[in-house]
Amino acid sequence: MNTHATTRIVGAPVPRKEGVDKLVGRACYVDDMEREGMWYGATVRSTIPRGLIRSIAFDRRIDWSQFTVVTAADIPGENIIQLIIADQPCLADGKVNHCEEPILLLAHPDKHKLREALGGVKIEYDPLPPVFTIEESERQDPIVWGADNLLKSFLLEKGDVDSAWSRAAHIVEGEYRTGAQEHLYIENQGVIAEYSAEDGVTVWGSLQCPYYVFKALRGVFDLPEDKVRVIQTETGGAFGGKEDYPSVLACHAALLAKKSGHPVKMVYDRMEDLAATTKRHPARVRHRTALDKDGKLLAMEIHLDTDGGAYATLSSTVLSRATLHSTGPYLCPSVRVRARSWATNLVPYGAFRGFGAPQAVFAMERHMDEIAAALGLDPVELRRRNFLHQGDTNATEQLMREPMFLDQLLDRALQESDYHAKRSQFARENARNPIKRGMGLAAFYHGSGFTGSGEVYLNSLAGVDVTPQGKVRVLVSNTEFGQGTNTVLTQIAAEALGIEYSDVIMAAPDTDMVPNSGPTVASRTSMVVGRLIERACLQLIALLCERAGLGAPHTREEFLAACARYRAAHGELSSLCRYEAPPGIYWDDQKYHGEAYGAYAWAVYVAQVAVDTVTYSAEVENFWAVQEVGRVLHPVLAAGQIEGGIAQGIGYALYEKVVLADGRMTNNQMTNYIMPTAEDVPPIHVYFEQIPFRHGGYGAKGIGELPHDGPAPAILNAIRDATGVSFTAIPLLPENLYAGLAAHQPVEEPALP
Amino acid sequence: MNANGEARTDALWPAIRFTVNGESRSVNVPPMKRLLDVLREDLHLTGTKEGCGEGECGSCSVRMNDELVNSCLVPVLQAEGAEIQTVEGLALDGELHPLQEAFLENGGAQCGICTPGMLMAAAQLLAHSPHPSEAEIREGLAGNLCRCTGFARIFESVAAAAVAAESEPAKEPVMEQTYHAR
Repeated sequence: MNTHATTRIVGAPVPRKEGVDKLVGRACYVDDMEREGMWYGATVRSTIPRGLIRSIAFDRRIDWSQFTVVTAADIPGENIIQLIIADQPCLADGKVNHCEEPILLLAHPDKHKLREALGGVKIEYDPLPPVFTIEESERQDPIVWGADNLLKSFLLEKGDVDSAWSRAAHIVEGEYRTGAQEHLYIENQGVIAEYSAEDGVTVWGSLQCPYYVFKALRGVFDLPEDKVRVIQTETGGAFGGKEDYPSVLACHAALLAKKSGHPVKMVYDRMEDLAATTKRHPARVRHRTALDKDGKLLAMEIHLDTDGGAYATLSSTVLSRATLHSTGPYLCPSVRVRARSWATNLVPYGAFRGFGAPQAVFAMERHMDEIAAALGLDPVELRRRNFLHQGDTNATEQLMREPMFLDQLLDRALQESDYHAKRSQFARENARNPIKRGMGLAAFYHGSGFTGSGEVYLNSLAGVDVTPQGKVRVLVSNTEFGQGTNTVLTQIAAEALGIEYSDVIMAAPDTDMVPNSGPTVASRTSMVVGRLIERACLQLIALLCERAGLGAPHTREEFLAACARYRAAHGELSSLCRYEAPPGIYWDDQKYHGEAYGAYAWAVYVAQVAVDTVTYSAEVENFWAVQEVGRVLHPVLAAGQIEGGIAQGIGYALYEKVVLADGRMTNNQMTNYIMPTAEDVPPIHVYFEQIPFRHGGYGAKGIGELPHDGPAPAILNAIRDATGVSFTAIPLLPENLYAGLAAHQPVEEPALP
Repeated sequence: MNANGEARTDALWPAIRFTVNGESRSVNVPPMKRLLDVLREDLHLTGTKEGCGEGECGSCSVRMNDELVNSCLVPVLQAEGAEIQTVEGLALDGELHPLQEAFLENGGAQCGICTPGMLMAAAQLLAHSPHPSEAEIREGLAGNLCRCTGFARIFESVAAAAVAAESEPAKEPVMEQTYHAR
């Protein structure tokens, strides 16, 4: 129905909606806010990975009557952070399952006194044996979670894998590992909470999903819907890191607010944020692949295991997305993916841009280059022979019914990067140069929106209303944290209504004001929520045509006049729409079979790297990113998403290592957790092929997560091309490069006498 | 705040005087209080942000006596007599600074939390290299971390602002032009 041949505002580089506020320093982040009589809160955390709490003692030199102290005993509702599985306490009660687990909360009017007091709480434990790795957890001794340490498992099966091995001309095996990764949003986690008997709990915070926090607060305080209110403040980066953790922090601050009778601000400093909040799940992926003599895939057997940390949080859904992205954009008749997420006594891992896909894509795309090497095929040619095409079915036997052009994306990436010429040139030059250069690529996809029936369960409601001042206001619970929600949804509304960008405003992301249009995650905002706004706007026009004499077509002035007439006659004017699944959607949650995602974004990325064999540093010198994300709604914001995601992907591959010792992060500072700087990020060349998706907002598919999936395998493939050495684990730091290159150094034969 | 621009009088501490965005200010605060906290808490200039508190991220960058400093690492006593410029001092009379215009147009700001510091670093760079090369831009911004953009659009924004400033002489208040090697 929406072909959108020409648009005025969608597709145009309009200024970021909240851009001026951010540029003049006026945008109000939570730490910029103060409330009358506000106190500060702090958290006493576990210093051991697993054990029973024997005693809690308070240093007598501190006047504790000046402080508010909250323990699990002060929780009025259930001591659980409501998310998916009810296993994570809001405050540890009698036992701890990971270092930094919150045990006790303190509040005081002076934040400096608070810091001193933290050291005055002495907790003694009876330690229990901890589990720190996937390997330790899968031994199931000790059991640290549930009956078997298993947070979640999936089995995805297609065709007949077992009979394929005997028919195969080639069988290639490999094991790939990815490390934890910190979001490193520049604004740390923070909230302010207030409590009153009349209004209940109000929380302002840096967060992605107001209604997740709302649900968690209701459980912890045992309060009805009208006694909980969550308001997102300007949010300084999130990347998934503010999907689940803000629920914990909001509950803590609200407990302190209730007991102290004061508004309480809790803003973590960087060290606490790094040590105590979620990170990307570490993963181990084992591939066994059967191919025929022409290099066509016959079967894939994949064992995908993630470290989930001490509580289930989002591990099940992260594992689901990892499972569904583990087989790559390839046609393969027989597939078996066994996926498991294991509990360990580490800080729970959580959502991070890509949500399991970067781990799975790293393994698949590194493995493709190993297959190519084993078969003596060019990595490009191997991929081309196996690409999915429209009309094929993927691993869940989802019919690829939308147009897709992986070959064209690949061609464009090769051409823009001058891939073949550069590869040959580097091969010639490398022999006599201590700096070895190479080219690597990755082909991949990212499913947009919630998995399977997820969007149906979310049942999102979104829309627009018209204010007394005649502005159209977008009503969504989807939040802006840099990615452009405000701008893109405003564009969609202005476009659909035939009015100007400046005629549309965003309602405050406040659960008292906006309906639940679902969380701001899973690359769903432009596609799913955008489509809801588009539909709500068309519905509003229909209403005005019917009840306020609006003609078709209409001018901006006619539309605004019709709104005023309607409001004068009928009062409030609004239009809300609920999610409707595109027709023909079938998904079996048990068998992992059917339409896994409403749409897929497709991409081919190419990295050029230089490996210095004197210093053992690897540097990305140039990067090309070709993708199809449906219609591009805003060219500048879209390119910004791709570039930013690639920079994070480069960090994931080469710089960012979470160092743990006895279950605690030891490099929890920006000084030694290293992200790419302005000097490290290469020129990134971004290209979009645009194929509008019928069911997305003005043709959009998901974009936000895609760019994090491809860089790491492309970079390590390029390092293989440069050095001839296959590296299978990230992050690949200089010491790892040294170890790998040294192990492959040809042993020099002693000269014969 | 009283008529003399004094934010808070606390007899315990001697006054420390400096100018911020061209205005004389005086604070009576512990002399080791971080300039960052004085700006944010005592002067209510919350545009300057804290990201790490240890001088790594550059979010708290301000210009002080024509140097770019991490205000989280400056005890306020070091600011005695100094001329300080924060992000709030970039736009003049409600008109955006060419850098702000360029960031808006080129997508230089996403989540916005590094933006004030990034703008101050860029302003410092352009004050000394009005026509910076890409390498100079990268070096000039190397102390400021941005997790959203991958920096590409920030580089473009700074380059665009340099071009814009060329066609229209800068209107920003002139700071003392003594160059301190960084």
